[in-house]
Parts: sequence; C-alpha cells; structure tokens
Amino acid sequence: MKILVGIKRVVDYNVRVRVLPDGSGVDTDGVKMSVNPFDEIALEEALRIREAGNAEEVIVVSAGGDECQQQLRTGLAMGADRAIQIQTSESLQPLSLARAFLKVIEREDPGLVILGKQAIDDDNSQTAQMLVALWDRPQATFASKLVLNGDSAAVTREIDAGMETIEVDLPAVISVDLRLNEPRFVKLPDIMKAKRKPLDVISLEDLGVTVEGNVNVGHHAPPAQREKGIMVEDTAQLVQELKNRGLI
Amino acid sequence: MSRILIIAEHDGQTLNISTAKCVSCAKAIGGEIDVAVFGNGIDTVAAEAAALNSVGTVFAVNAEHLEAPLAANWAAETLSMAEGYSHLLGPSTTLGKDLMPRVSALAGVNQVSDIMEVNGPSSFKRPIYAGNAIVDVETAAGATVVATVRTASWKAAESSGGASVEQRAAGSSPSSHTRFVGMEVEGGERPDLQSAARVVSGGRALGSEENFELIYQLADKLGAGVGASRAAVDAGYCPNDMQVGQTGKIISPDLYIAIGISGAIQHVTGIKDAGTIVAINKDSEAPIFEIADIGLAGDLFNVIPELESLLN
Amino acid sequence: MTEREIMEYDVIIVGAGPAGLSCAIRLKQEKPELMVAVIEKSSEIGAHILSGAVIEPGPLDELLPGWRDNPPPICIPVEKDEIWLLSQQGRRRLPTPPQQKNHGNFIVSLGAMCAWMATRAETLEVDIFPGYAASEIRFTDDGAVGGVIIGDMGVDREGQPKDSYMQGIEIHAPITILSEGVRGHLSKQLIKRFELDKDSDPQTYGIGMKELWRVQPGKSKPGLVQHTAGWPLDSHTYGGSFIYHMDKDRIAIGFVCGLDYQDPEFMPFEAFQQMKNHPMIHAMLEGGEILSSGARAISEGGYQSLPKTEMPGALIIGDAAGTLNIPKIKGTHQAMRCGILAAEHIAATSTAEGFDARLRESAVVKELYKVRNIRPAFYKGFWRGFIRAAIETITAGKLPMTLSIHADDSSLKKLDGYTPPDRKWVDRDLPPRDRLASVYFAATEHEEDQPVHLQILEPDICITRCVEEYDNPCTRFCPAQVYEMVEEGTAKQLQINSANCVHCKTCDIKDPYQIINWVTPEGGSGPNYQNM
Repeated sequence: MKILVGIKRVVDYNVRVRVLPDGSGVDTDGVKMSVNPFDEIALEEALRIREAGNAEEVIVVSAGGDECQQQLRTGLAMGADRAIQIQTSESLQPLSLARAFLKVIEREDPGLVILGKQAIDDDNSQTAQMLVALWDRPQATFASKLVLNGDSAAVTREIDAGMETIEVDLPAVISVDLRLNEPRFVKLPDIMKAKRKPLDVISLEDLGVTVEGNVNVGHHAPPAQREKGIMVEDTAQLVQELKNRGLI
Repeated sequence: MSRILIIAEHDGQTLNISTAKCVSCAKAIGGEIDVAVFGNGIDTVAAEAAALNSVGTVFAVNAEHLEAPLAANWAAETLSMAEGYSHLLGPSTTLGKDLMPRVSALAGVNQVSDIMEVNGPSSFKRPIYAGNAIVDVETAAGATVVATVRTASWKAAESSGGASVEQRAAGSSPSSHTRFVGMEVEGGERPDLQSAARVVSGGRALGSEENFELIYQLADKLGAGVGASRAAVDAGYCPNDMQVGQTGKIISPDLYIAIGISGAIQHVTGIKDAGTIVAINKDSEAPIFEIADIGLAGDLFNVIPELESLLN
Repeated sequence: MTEREIMEYDVIIVGAGPAGLSCAIRLKQEKPELMVAVIEKSSEIGAHILSGAVIEPGPLDELLPGWRDNPPPICIPVEKDEIWLLSQQGRRRLPTPPQQKNHGNFIVSLGAMCAWMATRAETLEVDIFPGYAASEIRFTDDGAVGGVIIGDMGVDREGQPKDSYMQGIEIHAPITILSEGVRGHLSKQLIKRFELDKDSDPQTYGIGMKELWRVQPGKSKPGLVQHTAGWPLDSHTYGGSFIYHMDKDRIAIGFVCGLDYQDPEFMPFEAFQQMKNHPMIHAMLEGGEILSSGARAISEGGYQSLPKTEMPGALIIGDAAGTLNIPKIKGTHQAMRCGILAAEHIAATSTAEGFDARLRESAVVKELYKVRNIRPAFYKGFWRGFIRAAIETITAGKLPMTLSIHADDSSLKKLDGYTPPDRKWVDRDLPPRDRLASVYFAATEHEEDQPVHLQILEPDICITRCVEEYDNPCTRFCPAQVYEMVEEGTAKQLQINSANCVHCKTCDIKDPYQIINWVTPEGGSGPNYQNM
C-alpha cells in the first residue's frame, strides 16, 4: 500500500517566538524554518512500516509556496520515495487544507495517511480529524503506538485518562503524538540522493479546491506577563491564602 | 441570540470537570446553553450536567454504539443534533480535540481551537506558538461556530442549577470501521504531571534523592502530580521525565507549588500558564518570587512539615 | 563497528563562516567542475556565528560584484563613528583613529550574511550541509590530512548507541580547509600534530559577548557606530564595548574583553552587564527588550600569533588561524580575503603546499603586520598602550621592532598575594539578570542524553589545586554558566551543565591548567542565533 504523510513548514521549535510590535503577526524575519516536529514523527512511522515490508511507497505532501520544497526535500532525505507540493501562496485554513489533501488522496489511493497531531505554529490540531471526516474513514488521533494487522490497525492513543486502544479499518488517518517514535537522523549521502527523487508540484486550482476560511485571525499580543503576587509570613498564612482562593 | 450546544465529557459514571468549564465559556458567549451527553447508561452523568448553573436543557442520548467516545460515532451524533445551534462547543481535552474538528468539517466550517477568552459571540482569543502569542479571531457572520474550550483558562461553573433532562434517541447510525479495544489507566495513583490539576515541584535545594521524598509526600497529600527543576534532575534527585521547563514539560495546572526552585527563566517558561503559582524558597531575592502569586521566604525543611500538618 | 560510508569531494571545507563560504564560492568561480562541500555543525547556517559587525565591503565587491543590488537582509551603511572613554558615571569623547573610521562600511548581522552567502554558494552548486559536525580528521596512509569524519549521532551519555544511532560518514578529499573559526577543535589538534605554531607566538584571545536589543522608538540611530573603552574595565584588562545602531529600532551591543586578564575573580559577563548600565548606554536600552544574545572568543594575536597555515592535505584559514585585525575590531574582511586566496591557490595548484607563503605576501598579512604592535602595547596598561597605539598608527607599523604576544592561560594571577582593583561596579537593573537568563536568549540546545562535550582531562585538579590557587575561574569566565562548583555533602564537585554551552571556546582557552578540552557535540547542537 501507499502511505501519505503530510508535512508542514513551520518556525523551528527552538526559535524564541515574539510578536511584532504592531501586533500584525509573529516576527519570522531571519528565523529558522523546519519540518513540524510531529510531522517528522509521522514520517518516521511511515518509513518503519515500509521497511517492515507493509507498504511499498511513502509519499510526503506539503501545501504552500515553493519554500516548502525545502521541507519536502528533508522528507525525501529521511527516506520518503516521492514528494508532492500543493502549490499555493495563500495561507490555508485547516478545512481548505483538508479538502486539498483529500484530492491528493483521491489521486494516490493510499492505505494509510499519517499526520502530526498539530502544527507548532497555529496549534490548531484540526487537519487530520477534518480530512478523515471528509473522507468518511476512521481516525486515530494522538497515536503513541501503531500495529498493523492486514486490513486494520490497532492504535494506542495517549489520552488524558491514560492509554486507549482502538482498532481502525484501513484506509485510515492517524495523527501522531510525541512518544510514537524518535525520528531518524538524515545521513549525508541521502541528502544528495533526495535531490534526485521526484517532487511533483500541483496547484490548488488543478486540484479543484477553492480557498475559503471562516476564522479570521486579527491582532497578535504577547502573553500576559505574570506579575509579582503577595508574600506571606508563614506556612499558616500560606494555607489560609490557598483556602481563600479555593485551591485546597 | 446564540444557542450553544456543549458536548459533555464523562467516563460513563461521572461528568468531567471540563464540561463545567465549557459552560463558563458558553456563559461568556451568552445565550441559551444546552448540553448533550452521549453514552450508554449515562443518566447519572446527565443529571450532574443538569445541575450546572445556566444550563437550559440536557439531552441524554443512550445507545450502545455511543458508549465508547469514538469520534466517528459522536461526531455523527453531534451533527444529527446541530440544527438550530449557533455554537457547538467541546473541551480542549483529548476527547474534545479528537471529536470537535471532525464535527467542524462535517459542519463545513473551520474550528476555533482553545478559546481562552470570549470577546463576543463571534470573537475570541486563543493561544498560538505554544502560548507565545495570543491572537484575536473573528468567525464569519452566519457560520456555525465550532470550538474547543481551553480548560486552564476557565473556572468550572457552579452546580446549583436545575435544568431538565430530555431523553433522546440516537440520531446517527454506528460506523463499523472504528472499534474500541481497551483502556489502560496510568499506573500509580499519582496524577500524570502533564495533565494534573495540581503539581508540586522540587528544586536543587532539596539536596538529595532521599530528601526529594518530602516532595512526593506533600504531593500525595494534595493529590498532586510531581515535577522537578532541571537542576534537581541533573543532580540525580529524580528522573528526567519529571522535569518541568523549557527542555522538559510545559504544564498549566491550576495550582503549582515550586519548592526550593530559584525560578530561572528556563523553568518559568514551563509554568507560565499555570493558574496559581506558589513559591517556597529560602532566598527572598530568588527570581521565582517575581512571578509567584503567593510567595513564602522560608526554609523548605521547616515549611514542608508545617504544610503537611496544617493540611491534615 | 561497521565500515563508515564514504563520500568524496575535491575540497571539503569545515565551517560555514565568511572564510569557508568565500573559499567555496571562489573555488566554484575559478573551477566550476570541482566538487566542493561545506560542512557546518550548527543546525542552520549562521546559527553559531556572531559578531558586531561592521564590515569592510572590499572582499564582497571582489567575490560577489553586484552584491549591493541584492544585499544581505541586514545591511546598514555606517553614517557616524564615535569613540567614548567611560568612567563610572561620566564619559569623554575621543578622536576617532584612522583605522576606526568606517565610512563606506556596513553594519551587518554576520549570521544573516553567512546564510545569504550560503545561498549564493548553493547557486554555484557548492554542497552545503548544516547540522553535521566534523569530529575527527581522517588521515591518509602517509600521514597527510585526507578529509574528515563526521561525528556519530544518537549516542547516549555513556557513549552507547541509542535507537536513533547513526554512524557518521567519512568525507574523503585531497584538500581539507579548516575554517572553524577561533580555537577550532580540529585546527587545535592539527596545529599540535604538525607543529604549525613552533615559529610563532602563542595565540591570544578575547571573549566577545553580544546582545541584540529592540529599543524604544527613536533611541536607535541607524548607521551610528559607537565604541567605548575605560570603565567598567580596569587599566590592566584589555577590552571595550561596541554599540551598533541598526534599523527597525534594533541595537547590537557587545563587549570584548582580552582573555589575558589577570584577576581570577573577574567575570567577563558581569563586566558586559555593567557597561550596559552606564548612564549613556542605560538611556538607550531602558524600556527595550532583548531579542538574542550570545558569545564567542575572538583572536587578537594577529601577525605574531599566526601559525603556519598549510600542512599536507589541508589549509587553516580565517580566524581558525587568527586573521582578525584587533585594533580595527574587524575580522570578516580578512577572513573573506583569506578564503578567496586559499581558493585561488587551490584552483591554480591543486595542493595545499605554497599557500602559507602566498598568505604571508598578501594583503591579509600586510594588514596584520601594520598593526602588530598595538595589542601587545596594552600589556603595560591602558594609557601606555594607548600612547604606543597612537605611535604605531602614525608610523603605520614601520618601526623596526615587533613586540611579543603572551599566552592567555598563563596570565591569571593566583589568589594568594593578588589584590584586585577597585572596579567601581554598580547595582544594575537591566536584563538579563544573570548568565542563566542570558543563555535563554541564545536559544542554545543540546540533546541531554549525549556525551558531555567538555572534556576535563584531569578532574582532580579542580577540587585540589584550582580551588586553592584560583577559586575555580571557569565558574566565572564561562558566559553561559556551564561550570558550577556544587556542594556534595562536605566536598565540592565540578558540575558541567553542558546543555548551556554556546560554543564560545573561552574555557578551552582560559583554563590555567589547560585541562579543559572542547570537542564538538552532536551535529545541530548549540546556539540558534538569529540575526546575530
């Protein structure tokens, strides 16, 4: 089967993100951009499945301007066989992105789609769930373990209460959580090989998807600064204060 | 006038506090508030939901295929009830995060994730970049608002109300492609650090692995999770996965008690979204006191035993 | 251990700074058919490099004509120069010496400029590989340098492979260019092995610390270049500050301090912070915020300390050799010139041999020769140095004598019998509060579970001799608070917070026992400087 892996170009997780003084956005001037860390984990899982002999092809897909080809090449260097860029200069909201991705699914007919659980820039955590709703297939989000069993997969999910295991019939969409695996390092020679692997560019128009969005982002503010609170004299006062605030 | 439907979170027996927090968010939006409880044999849960202030009607939908909170089933069920509602809310818990985007796509709209503040019925504040920026979002007029509520930002609604509970037949059919297999609750009685409502953390001032027991004991008394500063972890007092901070876990408990922790920016980054920060440190000049809501300058080896006895 | 995979190139360049990138670009310009690769330990080009920086554009004009139509992202023409002599509360304007006149020069971010140069290099088909650290030299059977070995990745603290283990490859090349910057760890080994410094004075260094600030609107005067000397340093500690005013309300502010300082209790980081609290500077910074911070050693020895720069199969260029002109406080144009020269030599001869002689005849060394006596003149204190510097400047270095350069690691005075000067330092209120807060802005990151990259060759010395003789100065000279002496019961012990390291190399340089050996951590580790 084929596995599609969605990857997103995001501000590197090490960057100290700050809001522009005019509140119009976040300062991305000169900042390092990388593959969304959860997407690396998604790709790593797909590669392991292929290496175990359960898939023939791993395809990485990203939506954006030509800059995202850098991240697609990283995906190819990690080991993906092919890359697809959904070319658009618009900023896509999750529903449009899911619709575009669905078109790619219709073209490629994968057995499994693996995405990161959220992008570390907008922290929406919507794309996987939306994609699978439009596709009308099963979803398994926050996966920390994935076991394939022929036509189905047993997925263990990290949820608030503990670990839940569900079984999904393939094809399905999995969104991955941090503890699923540790992504491999890229070998230098593979960076060279990646340059020769196929990278197809399809425009949003070619896919027949119109961009629309109903959630409009406006002013950006830095987080509220925590102010100094009160000092108490002794433990008894501390306990009283906690009780007064309903914390104990 | 807004009509808000909240999808309740529960474990089959008890209502999860996240639902009460959704109610508070709904109150801020204003309008009529209904709650839908999906499950199998969930009438007690529905009654709990009905006790929440400001709730109009609770819909109890009992069906075998709704027993496990599988998004495919619950989303279809939510859509079957969605007509007439301007807002569909769920908590930003793993359940809500799993479910609501699926609802959102079926409703043909983008979701507003993690509402921190409500500015109006279609105007909200939410965090992006792990809370390093807070954005104002506006939803388009006429479009249904599907959203998740950031539980750390809202108080639970009080339970002195008396809404009516209506039994409702399931409006969706089960999807066979997803099946619940099993559930494993985290080992040990101590709450998981990442999601605990209360956390007690220890720093290097504890001095030894043995002394760190004091932190565990205090945490157990409070039913809290346990964390540590990087210095304590580096000194070998406790395992690495207990580290709170920039290179460890970023947490947002309602109550965070930092004991013997100086409050370097690397640690504070991990707790900047905590509800109330309490700091206990011998050094009254320690940077943690600059951001603590309640500070006590004192020797932790005296304070901890005092705290324990007062908490009895 | 399986055989390492091998990649082959005609030239392998270690370090994507101005020297290495200039060399790569010029190589491809001269001989496009050459296979050239640059490896760089930082996760992204520019992430480990920082400098003031005011650069002379000459070499850029030579290397990339037309660059002015498409300049690096931060590039502000210098408008005005000011030199100030500070006292604790006061200041006096000094005349600008000719080498400090910056007309025609540009204020840049060296990191952003390197990223910009790297894209130019890639257009010329240089293979650039950030995130890979050269951890060892590969030697051919006849003892020549034959390339490098990339460090293994995914190794745990005890040296055992983790699940993510990836063996480093070998890169074979007939020519290896070491452009690692100041105190490069491979250059250090090669200089020793081939005795490249036997005919030169020891190298002497400074520590450069820098912060990038966004200040209140109106406080930054784009194009203004300011330097200060005097307070907060005493007359026997060489150094001073730079304040470069940029666009978008940004100011690059930094402090350079000679590592031949004598006081064992001295903390360079604190001197930097003190300087910021001088009334003239405080007024600029108050109400602002720190965007980025970092530190790096700089080479100050110049002409006398330049080692032989060639050996069989390899060249050492740029500040790895020490081409910075300290009286000008500029090294970028020198590094670039050196890189260009190395490329031209290799393109013409295909060998390392003969480069050193060429370098000595070149503009790079001529420039160093002219100012060779200025730095050592300050060994006798500030005022005598200042006067001698003036004389040397007026005579354009033509006086027939050459002062010697002394080593830094032997300059620290022992506690016993030493009285530190009265520094007149003040209580300060500007951020960052301390080194830990400062290191936060360097965004330095090291995978925790990896071998500690700061090797202490004789750890007993820390708790026996050093604590007595010098009171563990590493706990003070490191700008990132990597080293701490902690109490373990009754005994003291050295704790190494290697995750804080910003790769400045100060510890490798200043440690009086020379037992600290900096080696490269896992590729991609270290600072993530932005626009520094």
